Amino acid sequence: MSNMKSVYGSKKDNYIFKQRVKSGILFVWFLILTIICLAPMIMLLLNSSRENTDIAINGFSFVPGDHLFKNLKKLLADADYKTAFMPFYGFRNSAFQAVCATFLAIFFSCLTAYGIQIYDFKIKEAAYMAILVVMMVPMQVTSAGFVTFMSKIGLQDSYLPLIIPAVASPAIVYFMRSYMKSSFPADIVEAARIDGCSEFRTFVQIAMPMMKPAVAVQAIFAFIANWNNFYTPNLILLTNPTKEKTLPMMISGLGASDILTDLGVNYTAIAISIIPIVVVYLILSKFIIGGVALGGVKE
Amino acid sequence: MASAAQRRIKKVSYAKYGYIFILPFFTVYFIFTFWPLIQTFILSFYGNGVLAKSGYNQGLTKDDFVGLDNFRVLLTNAKEGDYESRTLFKWHTNMHEDFIECFKNTIVLWVGNFIPQLALSLSLAVWFTDAKLRIPGKGFFKVVMYLPNVITAASVAVMFYQILADGQRPGALNSILLKAGIVDENVKFVSGEWAGRASVWFIQTWMWFGNTMIMLMSGILGINPSLFEAASIDGASSGQTFRKITLPLLTPIMSYTLITSMIGGLQMFDIPFLFRVSTSKFKQEDHLKTVAVFIYRNYFQEVQMEGNRFYGLSGAASVILFLVTLCLGLIGLYISRDKDAIARKKQIKKNAKQAKLKDKQFGGFSI
Repeated sequence: MSNMKSVYGSKKDNYIFKQRVKSGILFVWFLILTIICLAPMIMLLLNSSRENTDIAINGFSFVPGDHLFKNLKKLLADADYKTAFMPFYGFRNSAFQAVCATFLAIFFSCLTAYGIQIYDFKIKEAAYMAILVVMMVPMQVTSAGFVTFMSKIGLQDSYLPLIIPAVASPAIVYFMRSYMKSSFPADIVEAARIDGCSEFRTFVQIAMPMMKPAVAVQAIFAFIANWNNFYTPNLILLTNPTKEKTLPMMISGLGASDILTDLGVNYTAIAISIIPIVVVYLILSKFIIGGVALGGVKE
Repeated sequence: MASAAQRRIKKVSYAKYGYIFILPFFTVYFIFTFWPLIQTFILSFYGNGVLAKSGYNQGLTKDDFVGLDNFRVLLTNAKEGDYESRTLFKWHTNMHEDFIECFKNTIVLWVGNFIPQLALSLSLAVWFTDAKLRIPGKGFFKVVMYLPNVITAASVAVMFYQILADGQRPGALNSILLKAGIVDENVKFVSGEWAGRASVWFIQTWMWFGNTMIMLMSGILGINPSLFEAASIDGASSGQTFRKITLPLLTPIMSYTLITSMIGGLQMFDIPFLFRVSTSKFKQEDHLKTVAVFIYRNYFQEVQMEGNRFYGLSGAASVILFLVTLCLGLIGLYISRDKDAIARKKQIKKNAKQAKLKDKQFGGFSI
């Protein structure tokens, strides 16, 4: 009997010990992955504080330099850089485009999902199926016709083709409808009707506020996606002056240039483009991590 | 039975609001996506725009109907004179090889990033959701691992180019390697054929593994925890639990991930397009050209001649890409639907069996 007990005890100890070892090893592995995730950005930050010749001669170093402000100054003042990279305009344009597109995407996706969920009409389910199917048609496939058509109606080099299409965002409609299905009581619409509320007002003043959690998550994702969008602006605004380009376009111009060879300044420029979105992400990371699983967004 | 008044009340229909509410979506979708798609199809049946003045204007322009010639050029080994519509292949006999190369690159770039990405994400998802493991700072790790996904792809590409550059001015990584004496000359992280592709694999994996991991985690958390408990009580090892419980029950979300990643991978543009030697604005590393890059380049940029734009070929490539994407999407839908149906059928059979057993238990009397 005592023998049995000792065997049982040692086995259990062994088990816990094994789990601890495994946890320890995994912790180290996660740390390595963390370093891999952050290393490029740390390299970027370190190099953005160093001088061009320093980087060229000494290569990489873990000691930050003291050239950050000089790099920044050159980035903003140097004639060559000024023509290719205008961070203030870039931020303004990207922010304008992303905010407008996000607003339209969220508002109209809610409207569409609400229309399909609340009302009974003949093509209801067919319309929903159509939305699910078109979710699979990617932008790249329609781009040639898109640009042809836009230049035909005179909208090439305008911001409208970047903003208006956001009204039709199938993925967000899908998400909103699933959310409404699970947590939007249709009775409330009936109650509003009895109280004499118009249909549109019911949507704006009652339904939208009730969908706040879903709206918040989707707004964050839509904003990030639009802010990061390079493909569509690059099709539409290709021939525009630098002043009117978005931030990702300016960064791509930086990478493709022969004149802009000051490494330190280039690193600074990339860092400027990355830092805001990283800060926003760190502030909202709770929502974002929670939202990825809910939405199953994009790509 | 209902009185006339009741019937009238029932007749009040709000259906029109349904139509009004979904109208903006479909209008905008039609104008900005569906109509451009049709335009792309139309484009693919017409000649290629030739903007240059002398010498090249023998080619047909955007307004000449050429039938399926553009497709023939891309998909078959076309020779000059094969076509009635003297298109422009006199100068571009290598269009076919170019296109096939792009398709091959796209597949290579996708497969090479998807396999390590899935392996990494799956293992991480399993470890993160394992209640038995006590790892501190799980939340922190999740946040950090998702971080690369929110950064602008354009910035990521240019940043990695600065780090991995192998030209006259070596990037940070090459300079470390050179300084440490591990290598004698630059490792060709960009311009080397397979090294360049490996770099893109790495960048893509770096960007997307956090996203895939969180998707798979939500899938694993959706599995009934009592199954894991039962397995651990029965003494299953973690490997057995993974193979016999996690993996089979994760199949739907895995196939979803596979399909979305495949469709996304076919459209791969930002990273391969911007991760390149920056000697000329329009130069592209041959081993990193994807189909999306091919479409873009032929629409907007000359390939070999000044000022020529190959609208027709660009359109034809888009149509081919669209058809391939559509097929993959439908296959994906089919697979996931079929499995659900099978599962449902199994459930029904099981229920019937159980009902039978119950009947027997109580001597044929159903309760």
